[in-house]
Amino acid sequence: MQSSFIARNPSVLWFLLALSAFTVLVSLLSEAGGSALISTSFLKTLGKTLCLCLVAIAMDVVWGYCGILSLGHFAFFGIGGYAIGMWLMYERTAEIVTTSLDSNILPPTPDEITDAIGSQIFGVVGSNDFPLIWAFSHSLTLQLLAVVLVPGLLALVFGWLAFRSRVTGVYLSILTQAMTLALSLHFFQNDTGLRGNNGLSGLQNIPGLEGVPQATVSLWFFWASAFALGAGYVLFSWVVSGKLGSVIRAIRDDETRVRFLGYHVESYKLFVFTLTAMVAGIAGALYYPQAGIINPAEIAPIASIYLAVWVAIGGRGRLYGAVIGAAVVSLMSSWFTGGSAPDINLGVYVIKWTDWWLVLLGLTFVAVTLFFPKGIGGLFDLLPRRKGDTK
Amino acid sequence: MSTLLEVSGVSVSFDGFKAINNLSIQIGEAELRAVIGPNGAGKTTFMDIVTGKTRPDEGYVIWGESSVNLLTMSESQIALAGIGRKFQRPTVFEAQTVRENIVMSLKNPRRPFDLLFGRQADDTEYRVRVVSDEIGLTDALDQTSGALSHGQKQWLEIGMLLAQDPRLLLVDEPAAGMSPAEREHTTDLLVRAAKTRAVVVVEHDMDFVRRLNCKVTVLHQGSVLAEGSLDHVTKNKDVVDVYLGR
Repeated sequence: MQSSFIARNPSVLWFLLALSAFTVLVSLLSEAGGSALISTSFLKTLGKTLCLCLVAIAMDVVWGYCGILSLGHFAFFGIGGYAIGMWLMYERTAEIVTTSLDSNILPPTPDEITDAIGSQIFGVVGSNDFPLIWAFSHSLTLQLLAVVLVPGLLALVFGWLAFRSRVTGVYLSILTQAMTLALSLHFFQNDTGLRGNNGLSGLQNIPGLEGVPQATVSLWFFWASAFALGAGYVLFSWVVSGKLGSVIRAIRDDETRVRFLGYHVESYKLFVFTLTAMVAGIAGALYYPQAGIINPAEIAPIASIYLAVWVAIGGRGRLYGAVIGAAVVSLMSSWFTGGSAPDINLGVYVIKWTDWWLVLLGLTFVAVTLFFPKGIGGLFDLLPRRKGDTK
Repeated sequence: MSTLLEVSGVSVSFDGFKAINNLSIQIGEAELRAVIGPNGAGKTTFMDIVTGKTRPDEGYVIWGESSVNLLTMSESQIALAGIGRKFQRPTVFEAQTVRENIVMSLKNPRRPFDLLFGRQADDTEYRVRVVSDEIGLTDALDQTSGALSHGQKQWLEIGMLLAQDPRLLLVDEPAAGMSPAEREHTTDLLVRAAKTRAVVVVEHDMDFVRRLNCKVTVLHQGSVLAEGSLDHVTKNKDVVDVYLGR
């Protein structure tokens, strides 16, 4: 049965259509679009949400389709953010330092410039030397490569060790939690050279774009995020459909049986784990310039757990489910914790949503797991079926 | 008849319990063989060892003309070498259609990138049809396999094995939970399959074994108790003792 890609994935067309409509609508309503209905800060929130949707579909592929409950994929997201952040921070600091040194009577030597940049960036951790991992921070190309390659390499090595030893199920989840915790603690160290708990900041200032207002830069990043999400959706739809998808879903349901069919299960898991890690890195690289700051707390174990919660609530095993889950939960989270949700006065007790949001989220998660295992995305199954829709 | 699989002097113990004790069995090419024995005789463990799921403590498992040592190979390598296995409990991929189950099993390149970038062979549909006709599930090709009856799932699993085109088929209790008519169909399937390849059937239903009409190996406490035609082994005093519990 050789059917076309779109025929096998009717959701791709609908998703791209909805995403385009959403992008156009938001653009028109943004400040840069001439209207003030969507403030620049809300535009950034929307752009960030698209990045979270992208990492959520990656999570869905690895968990919902391949059955690997990775509770460490946010680490790859964070690494992507750090990789692009290093270039943003270096380049921006270099510009400022060069401009201010230009006013000196004596022209500065290259060493003086490097020292000045170093003390600007690493002054907060009491140093002014560039650590080794900043060796490529002057090159946008190399740092962009690092966005994809470092998460990919880490996932490859970690996955190879774990899958080769046939670590599965909850043990693998614990291992991935340990990985993201270790990485987070490592980044907290000042000696690691990533400014410890200060993290990287000022990432919203894009070098070379000083003349462009933030409203416009934010819109560009929003577009880039929307494009990345669309491309990621197409990529993953392609991966999880067809024969490869068939084998991946079979591994989720009974990996021993797949092995006896002659498939090298570990290669498949490694492929999925690494590919999704790379996409997570890209999502992170688009997210943090919009957030403006990244610090090691971003890759704490809880972040990866949230990721799994989004996918579970949205409905795993379907890509649009992950998108819906990530968008709904993360937007609601910022609404409830941002103080805009009205507190409920019960007379004897006032429910403050900033405190109670996590309780609500937790209860929702339990309720979804128990009563609606298909999640929000499962609602689409209730739509009347058209002829030819088998999935 | 040349030997396809040779198991010699294999022993394995789990926590001190000897599941297999100095077991030696030879299977020839295009041979139908039934392996019988009471519970705990080591029938399933024997299959586990041949397919690489369990590593024995000692002994050899030699495969094919070039005498490859199966004990050094992984499950997937053994499967690719031409040994297919059907489990006791029917294990088909229930979330997927009958067609997807069969396509996945067809003898094709099996690396991730082969599947991602390789074009589907033109004769795929034909090969799927050959298998589905053989197991009588052609009408159900687009059905989700989870919706099949127990017997149909067993046949689908046998069909998946045939699609792999193995040289040796290991079948664990294929008739369990089947109606008499389904059993007959299953017997036919296995007898036909054994014309072109070796088939080893593990079973403890004597009637079913009688219908297979083939050489029988009786296992007891992890080693071979008797071997020969069914009539021959049922006259064996040891076998009678074991089966009737003295």
